[in-house]
Amino acid sequence: MRIHCPHCGPRGHDEFVHHGDAAPRRPQADAPDAAFHDYVYLRDNPAGPYRELWFHAAGCHSWLVVERDTRTHEIRSVTFARGDA
Amino acid sequence: MSARLPSGGLIDRTRTLRFSFDGRRHEGFAGDTLAAALLADGVRLVGRSFKYHRPRGVLTAGPEEPNALVELRSGARREPNTRATVVELYDGLEAQSQNRWPSLRFDLLALNGLFSPLLGAGFYYKTFMWPSAFWEKVYEPLIRRAAGLGSLSTAPDPDHYEKATAFCDLLVVGSGPAGLMAALVAARSGARVILAEQDCLFGGRCLSERIVLGDGSAHRWVQSVVAELAATPGVRLLPRTTVVGTYDHGAYTAVERVNDHVAAPPPFEPRQRLWRIVAKRAVLAAGALERPLVFGDNDLPGVMLASAVSTYINRYAVRPGERAVLYADNDHAWATVADLRAAGAEIVAIVDPRPDARARAAVVARDAPLLTGVVRRALGGRSLQGVEVVGADGHVHRLDCDLLAMSGGWAPTLHLTSHLGAKPRWDAERSMFLPEQLPPWLLVAGAAGGELTTAAALSTGIRIAEGSLQSLGIAPRGVTPPVAGEEADAWTPLWRAPSGRGKRFIDFQNDVTTADLELAHREGFGASEHAKRYTTLGMATDQGKTSALNGLATLAAFTGKSIGEVGTTTYRPPYTPVAIGALAGHHRGPDFRPTRLTPSHEWAREQGAVFIESGAWLRAQYFPRAGETDWLPPVIREVQAVRSTVGLCDVSTLGKIELKGPDALRFIERLYANGWQTLAVGRARYGVMLREDGRVMDDGTVARLGEQHWFMTTTTANAVAVYQHMQHCHQVLWPELDVQFTSVTEQWAQFAVAGPRSRELLRRILASGEDLSNDAFPYMAAQAVTLTDGLRGRLFRLSFSGELAYEIAVPARHGDAVIRRLAAAGEDLGVVPYGIEALGVMRIEKGHVAGNELTGRTSAQQLGLGRMLSTQKDYIGARLARLPALDDPADTQLVGVRPVDVKTRLMSGAHFLPLAAPTTFEHEQGYVTSVAYSPSLGHWIALGLLKNGRHRHGERLRAVDLLRSQETEVEICEPVFIDPQGARLRG
Amino acid sequence: MRYSAFRLFTEALRGNRGWQPAWRDAAPRRAYDAVIVGGGGHGLATAYYLAKVHGLRDIAVLEKGWIGGGNIGRNTTIIRSNYLLPGNTPFYEWSLKLWEGLEQDINYNAMVSQRGVLNLHHNDAQRDANVRRGNAMRLQGVDAELLDAQDVRRMLPFLDFDNARFPIRGGLLQPRGGTVRHDAVAWGYARAADRLGVDIIQNCEVTGFRIQGGAVTGVETTRGPIAARKVGLACAGNSSRVAALAGLKLPIESHVLQAFVTEGLKPLIPGVITFGAGHFYISQSDKGGLVFGGDIDGYNSYAQRGNLATVEDVCEGGMALMPMIGRARLLRSWGGIMDMSMDGSPIIDHTPVEGLYLNAGWCYGGFKATPGSGWCFAHLMARDEHHPVATAYRLDRFAAGRVIDEKGQGPHPNRH
Repeated sequence: MRIHCPHCGPRGHDEFVHHGDAAPRRPQADAPDAAFHDYVYLRDNPAGPYRELWFHAAGCHSWLVVERDTRTHEIRSVTFARGDA
Repeated sequence: MSARLPSGGLIDRTRTLRFSFDGRRHEGFAGDTLAAALLADGVRLVGRSFKYHRPRGVLTAGPEEPNALVELRSGARREPNTRATVVELYDGLEAQSQNRWPSLRFDLLALNGLFSPLLGAGFYYKTFMWPSAFWEKVYEPLIRRAAGLGSLSTAPDPDHYEKATAFCDLLVVGSGPAGLMAALVAARSGARVILAEQDCLFGGRCLSERIVLGDGSAHRWVQSVVAELAATPGVRLLPRTTVVGTYDHGAYTAVERVNDHVAAPPPFEPRQRLWRIVAKRAVLAAGALERPLVFGDNDLPGVMLASAVSTYINRYAVRPGERAVLYADNDHAWATVADLRAAGAEIVAIVDPRPDARARAAVVARDAPLLTGVVRRALGGRSLQGVEVVGADGHVHRLDCDLLAMSGGWAPTLHLTSHLGAKPRWDAERSMFLPEQLPPWLLVAGAAGGELTTAAALSTGIRIAEGSLQSLGIAPRGVTPPVAGEEADAWTPLWRAPSGRGKRFIDFQNDVTTADLELAHREGFGASEHAKRYTTLGMATDQGKTSALNGLATLAAFTGKSIGEVGTTTYRPPYTPVAIGALAGHHRGPDFRPTRLTPSHEWAREQGAVFIESGAWLRAQYFPRAGETDWLPPVIREVQAVRSTVGLCDVSTLGKIELKGPDALRFIERLYANGWQTLAVGRARYGVMLREDGRVMDDGTVARLGEQHWFMTTTTANAVAVYQHMQHCHQVLWPELDVQFTSVTEQWAQFAVAGPRSRELLRRILASGEDLSNDAFPYMAAQAVTLTDGLRGRLFRLSFSGELAYEIAVPARHGDAVIRRLAAAGEDLGVVPYGIEALGVMRIEKGHVAGNELTGRTSAQQLGLGRMLSTQKDYIGARLARLPALDDPADTQLVGVRPVDVKTRLMSGAHFLPLAAPTTFEHEQGYVTSVAYSPSLGHWIALGLLKNGRHRHGERLRAVDLLRSQETEVEICEPVFIDPQGARLRG
Repeated sequence: MRYSAFRLFTEALRGNRGWQPAWRDAAPRRAYDAVIVGGGGHGLATAYYLAKVHGLRDIAVLEKGWIGGGNIGRNTTIIRSNYLLPGNTPFYEWSLKLWEGLEQDINYNAMVSQRGVLNLHHNDAQRDANVRRGNAMRLQGVDAELLDAQDVRRMLPFLDFDNARFPIRGGLLQPRGGTVRHDAVAWGYARAADRLGVDIIQNCEVTGFRIQGGAVTGVETTRGPIAARKVGLACAGNSSRVAALAGLKLPIESHVLQAFVTEGLKPLIPGVITFGAGHFYISQSDKGGLVFGGDIDGYNSYAQRGNLATVEDVCEGGMALMPMIGRARLLRSWGGIMDMSMDGSPIIDHTPVEGLYLNAGWCYGGFKATPGSGWCFAHLMARDEHHPVATAYRLDRFAAGRVIDEKGQGPHPNRH
C-alpha cells in the first residue's frame, strides 16, 4: 500500500505503524467503567470504509487518520490526527 | 542424431557451449535454452511426473513448462525444479533429471502407474489410518520419500541477492508487439517508462513466429524499436525480468535474473535482483498461453504445444520431430505447419475437429491428409510413435509420427490483473477469461486482453498507452504501427476429451487426469475450489498455467454447466515461482537485522568484553580476564568490585526522551501512574507507566532539568514503543497540551559509575566547581555538569545497583573519550568495567523488576508497585488498573526466593509447589522469574511471582524444574536481598 | 460408506464408479434445533460433536460459499499445545488429544503427523520464558523437552548456527506437535457430520438474525429464513460482521495473515521449526512443499491478500534461520482473515442474546484448535455451560480485567 502522508508525501505503508480504529474517544475521568471497557476493548471492525490511525514511524512521526476501505485497501483520504475532532 | 537445422534461428553458431545432462555430455549454441539444446541433441525424455513417474518430454518453450524440470547446477548452487525451457545455456552447465530412481530411463516408481486405479484423486484420505501409530512410522515416511520433486542442497546459498526500488509513469509488462508499442508511445511522449521482459530478448512472439511487419521481418522491427527505447532518456529496459506480483496502489514486484545465465555470478554481483516498482500506470502486455488438448496418453514425450514447435524451429533452429501431426482447433496453429515444412519435417496429417475449417485447412495441408476428427490417444512407450485419430465419420486412423503439435487456442496471461482479488470474467463468445474490474491504473493490451492478432496487439498497445498518458496529464506523441499481415485466427474450442484408452492428463506435473476430476465430481468435490484442493489440480510448479482452463472445462462437462459458471481460478502472487533468496535480499546472517552498538563498544571490545544481543543492541555481557574461562567468575568479580570500589557500565541503550513546554508537567502526569507535582528542579524520580488496560507498560526515571524541561528514560526493550505511545497521547488524545518532545537515545552516551568510590572517581573528571557532596548533590539529584575539559554533560545520581552511584551523560560522539577518561582516572581506585550480567545480578539483589517481570501481563500491584498508583489524577490506565482482578490475592505477587540449602542453584522458569502436594498443575503456586548468584550473599537468589506472595514470606516451597530435572527447596522472602534500607545509595 | 484400504481396492476393481459424495449437498429446511453459522473447520466440528456427543440430529451448518474455503484452507497446518498460560494449555491439550484420535473417529485420513514442534530461543530471557512455559506444560501432563544449542544442531544441522545475527541457543520441543492436511479436516468433519444427519448447506449466507424478546428464533439467509432456537457463530475472520447483524460489538479486529509454500522438494525438514527472533515458522508438507509464514500484515483487512513488505520480512526470517532455502522457490502465497482479539485469545461463550452463542477471536491459532473448539462449543450449545477446559474464554473477561495475554502486548490486536 502507498499512504500519502500530508507531511512527507506518498510512502510505502511499511514506513507506518498501524494503530487501529480512529473512532473511539478516550472517556472523561469520571465516566463509568463500562465506557473505559468499550473504549479499550470494543471495535466496530467494518468490512468497508474505515477511519483508522497510523503512525509515520519511519518518517515525520505524525499520527495520521487514514480513511481506507478494508475490502479493497483503497485509501480515500489521509489527514493529521492532531486536527481530527 | 542432431535435430539442429543447418541455418536460421537466433542462436550464435560461432559460440559452442558444452553442457551435461545426467552426466552425459552435450553441446549447444549461445542463445539456446537447455530444452532447445537437449532437443537439438535428440534428447526427448527429460523428466518424470510427480505421482505415476510417467516419462515426460518438453511440452512448451516458456515458463509454463510442467514437464521438463531439472536440478540445475550442483553443490550449494543446486536449483531443483528448474524449467529447462527457460534456462539459458552457458558453458559448463550441469543438469540432472529428478524424481526418478534409479535412472530417468528406468524408474522403478513408474510401477505406480499400474496401480493408478488405487491411486486416484484423494485416495490417501481413505486409507493409511490403521493402526494409528503407523502413520508417522511407516506410511508417511514412504509417502514423503516418494513425493517431492527435486532436492535442495542443505548448504547455505552462496550467492547474493539485492533489492532495488524504482518509480515510473508507465510500467510495461511484456515486450511483444503490444508492449513495445506501449513503451514506444510513452518514451516518445517523455514519460518515465520501465519495460520488463521475462525473456533475455525483447520481442515476445516476434522471436518465435515468422511474422512480417512493414517491409521486413518482425525481428528486425523489434531491434529498431528496442534501439530507440534504449536511446531515450527516462526509459529503463529490464530484460530477464519477470513481474511476479501486483500489490495495492500501483506497486509491483519484479525479479531480474541478473546472473542466472552464467555458471556463477561474477564477484560482487548479485544472482538476482528484486525490483519494487511503483508505477502510476501499468500496461500488462504479457501475451497469452497456448492450451494443450486432452486425449489419451497426451503426456508422451513428442507431444508438444504447436507454438513451442514453432519456437524451437524459428528461434533455436531445432526441428523437434521428423514426422509431425498437427492437432489444433484453431487456424492460428496452421503457421506451425509452414514452420515444420520449412524445417524439413514431414507433415503426416492435420487433425482438426472443426468441420467448418476443412476448406480453409486444405490450403495449408497441401499434400498432407486432412482429417476432420479428434486425436483419441497417443501411442508409444517412452516417446511418441503414433496417434489414433477418430474421424468425424467414426473411422479410426492410426498415424505414425514422432511429433504431435497440439493447440487448443489461447488463454490470456492475465494473472497480474487478478492479484488484487478481481476475478476474471468468462467471455463465452471469445472462449476466454478476460480481466474484469480493473483498477484505473492497471490496463491490458494485446493478447493478454484477448487481442490475438499482431495487428490488434500493435494498435491496442498504442491506444492503451495513449489513454494512460492522457490520464496522467502527459500529452501522447503519435506512433504509427507497422503494417502487419493478415492472420488466420478462427477458433472453435474443443473442450471435451474423447473417451477411450489411456490416461487423459489435465495437470501434467501432478498427474491429474479427467478420471480424477470425474471422481472428485462424483464425491461432491465438483466446485472448482474443492476440485483443485481434492485432486491437486493446478498446485504444481507451473501453477496451473497449462491446466487451469482444461480443468474448468472438464468440470463444466461433468456438471453440465458453462465454464463461466464452474468458476474461475484465483491467481495469487507470484506469477512464476520466485527464489526465496531474492525476496530476502541482503537480510541474512549477521545482516539479518541492523546491529546497534553502544558508544563505548570499541573500548569494551578492547577490554575483552563478551557481547550479547539485547534486542537490536549488542551489549557487553561481561569482561573476562585471563584465566576466567567460564562466565560466572568474571560476573562475581565485577559485582564485588562495584560493591567494594567502583565500576563502569554503558547504559546508553535506555530510551531517552527530552520534553519541554509549559504543559510538560501536565503531560507527564497523564503519562505516568505516579505523581510529579512535587518534583523539584534538579531532581529525578522513578516512574511507572501503564497501558490503558491497567497493566504495566514500562518503568524508568524522569528528571526535571528546568521548570519546563524534563528528561525521561525508558527500558531498552520498550524505547520505541514508549516514544510512539507518547506521540499518540500527545497528537491524538491531548493535542491541546503545549509540550514538545523528541527521542534522544542516540544523542547521549550514558554511563553508570557505581560503587562506594564513584564520587571520588567522578570528581576527577568533573570541573573543579562541581560539588558532588551529599548535601549539594544528594541521591536522585540531576543536573548539568561540566567536565574538566569543558565538555558539558548531565549527571544523575541514580542507582540500579543499590550502591552510591551516578549516571553521567555526554553527547554520544564524546562517549568513547569519556569512558576512556573514566577508566584511566579510576585506575588506582581499581575501577572495573561491568557488563549486563553483573548489572542483572545487582538488580536482582536489590529486587528491581526488569524484562522477566515486566512481561506486559503484570500489574503494578503484582510487582509491589501498587502504592505508586496515584488516586489524585487521571492518567493512562488509571481506571482499569483499579479492577479487582489486577490486585487479586489469588494471583501472583513479586517475592524474593532463596534456597534452603545455600549450596543449591536456583533455576529460572521453575514453578513453585507446596512441599507436600503432588507435582501437578492444580497445586502450582507461581514461578521463578529471574535468578542470580549473589556474590554478596554467597548463594543463589531469585525473584519470583507467587500467588498471594506478599503474605507468604518465610514459607518454604519446592521450586520444580521438570525440564531440567531439578527440584530445590526454597524459602520465600522480601524481594530485596541487599541493604533494604538503602543506606548505601544515599551515602 | 466406510473408507478403508479394502474399500479402495474393491472400488478400484469396479472402475471407481461406486464412490458416493462425501457429504450431501443439502437444501435448507425451514427449521432446525440448532444452526451453525460458518462451514469452516470449527463450524463443521461443532456440528459433528453436537450430533455425536450430545445426540442432537436436527442441525444445519450454513456456509456462505463452499465449505472449507476460509481459514481451515488458508493456514500453515500446525498443531501444538505448547501454551504458557493456564487458561490456554488445557484447552489446546484437549484439542491435541482429539487430533490424535481424529482419523479413526471420523474415518478420514487427515494426515495428522506428530513430527514435533520446536520453538527456538536466542537469549537467556527467551530461554527462561521457554523453561517456564515447558514446565507449565509438563505440570499439566503435556510433553515438552528443553534442547540446548548442541541438541538443536544434531537435530537440524542446516540451521545457521555459526553466522547468525541472533545465534540459536536452544529450544523448547513438543514432540507431539506437528502438522495436519488442513483441507482434509473440513472434508472429514463434513462427511462425518453428514453421516449423523447434519445438513451441510453451501452457498447460503446469513444476512440477519430473528430475535424476539432478547432471544434468537432463527436466521435470515440468502436462501430464505431458517428457524432455530440455538444459533452458534463459528465464522472467524468475519465474526464482527456477522455479530453486528445481531447488534453485537466484539473485542475483535479482522487482520490478514499470509502464508506461503515452495515448490515440492524431497524431504528436508522433519517437523515444525519456529524462529523466535525472526517471526518465521516452517514445516514441510507430505507433498514436499515447504510451508511457512510469519507475522500478520498489521492492518485491518477483509481482502484475503497481503502486501509485499510482509512477504519480504518472512523470507528474511527464513534466510536468517536456514540460508539453504535461498534457492528454493516460493510457489504460492495466500491470505486468510483472522479474528484478532484484544488479548490474543479466543472466545467461546454465550452472547447477550439468548440462544445465540459465539465462537470467535482465534487470532492465527484457530487451526490447531479445530477439534477442541468444536468439542467445547458443542458442549456450550448443548448444555448451556462452559466446558471445563474452556472456562477462561469468556466474553466478559475483558471487562473483568482477566485477559489471557500470552504475548503480553495488551489491547492491541495487531501485536498479538
